[in-house]
Amino acid sequence: MPPTIEASGLTRSFGRRVAVRALTFAVHRGECLALFGPNGAGKTTLLRVLAGLLRPTSGNARIDGVALPGGAAARSVVGLISHQSMLYSALTALENVEFTARMYGVLEPRDAALRALQRMRLQDRADSPVRSLSRGMQQRVSIARAIVHDPRVVLLDEPYTGLDEGGASALSDALRSLKASGASLVLVTHHLGEGLALASHTAIMRDGRFLTHEPRGDVELETYRETYREAVTR
Amino acid sequence: MSARIPPGTFAAAALIARKDLAIEFRTRSAFLAALVFALLAIVIFYFAWDATAVSAIDLAPGVLWVIFTFSGLLGLHRSFGVEEADRAIDALLASPIEREAVFLGKAFANLVFVLGVQALAIPAVALFYNLPLTRVLGPLIAIAVLAAIGLVSIGTLFSAMTANTRLSELLLPVLALPFFVPVVLPAAQSTARLLAGRPVSEAMSWLRILIAFDIVFVVACALAFPFTLED
Repeated sequence: MPPTIEASGLTRSFGRRVAVRALTFAVHRGECLALFGPNGAGKTTLLRVLAGLLRPTSGNARIDGVALPGGAAARSVVGLISHQSMLYSALTALENVEFTARMYGVLEPRDAALRALQRMRLQDRADSPVRSLSRGMQQRVSIARAIVHDPRVVLLDEPYTGLDEGGASALSDALRSLKASGASLVLVTHHLGEGLALASHTAIMRDGRFLTHEPRGDVELETYRETYREAVTR
Repeated sequence: MSARIPPGTFAAAALIARKDLAIEFRTRSAFLAALVFALLAIVIFYFAWDATAVSAIDLAPGVLWVIFTFSGLLGLHRSFGVEEADRAIDALLASPIEREAVFLGKAFANLVFVLGVQALAIPAVALFYNLPLTRVLGPLIAIAVLAAIGLVSIGTLFSAMTANTRLSELLLPVLALPFFVPVVLPAAQSTARLLAGRPVSEAMSWLRILIAFDIVFVVACALAFPFTLED
């Protein structure tokens, strides 16, 4: 089966600054690539290219077989979660998620939105305006927004930021369930433990390049922490 | 996984417009700011007016279009401001809808906003300057709607371009105002003729110019809009 996410020589520059350099990798159905690296390594830029928000400068990438930037066909299978909530603060949690459901053409959008909020354990705050929710709750609404259309590809940029223990556990459950249902994940995080818990592959990124890219295997957290430290200080 | 068909351009535009209007209805921040500006400007113009030097019929069209132009800018600035606050624009652009739908949805919501301000400002100007509004109401509404279409097309495009810049409050008027001239000029001229009691046929040449610029601006802005969203 062809990979759901496939990149070959993928490069993205901003003027003379190269943010992502000739990356080649693949993520198959039900796999999770955990991406680690210091600030400014190019992780967020890579996610934005895969989400169709930025055009590759050279090389190519395919999402679900569609070359990027692939228009509606590629975007319809992607769910994007960032450390920014991407919500409208004046609307309620339910209205935000339902709006996204409608944008993706989800059948019975209100029911789907309610289910997504329930998955993030927020059903009792569905009618609260987003601005009245705590930062962690807003992040959970944002995650409900990103998974309301059952995406085949989920791109996560520091999704655990601001989450309390309950929120982090709801997110991990939702991601495991998405993975089990065949979704491919790319998870950008500074927290090695959270990344390793979900990862089937790991990569350490710096200056737009993969310093390491390998199957997760059964490496222990402390061992990987040492590998990470060595890689980024090399 | 359920079968999904993303909405078409117009359906998506309607969803975006409805969402923007719901946000404005909840917050009312831009509408109230525009309305207060419009009423204040009417009062200031009124007290600065020397009725013995300039007749109300000569002054009113200018007052009306200055107010519409600047109050409209207040709403247009907010149009993409709500998208930038928590980067909601990223979620919108990552969704499987056409970029043109974003433009059309935003422009329609802005049109409702500008028409709402006009609906309250026109009677206020008529009241202060004792204008014969009932006699010209139909053609005046037509001019206001036509001009509003041109203004929101330009304003929506430049609002998107300037939203994530540091000086967006300054850049939007600096960029948009020169492009407003071909819309405001014929609108003010045709309004002046109508208020002076001239037949509608006399204002038609200006109205044709207004319609022509509306078509040019709507098409050009809709086509240019997707490029403003690229990094």
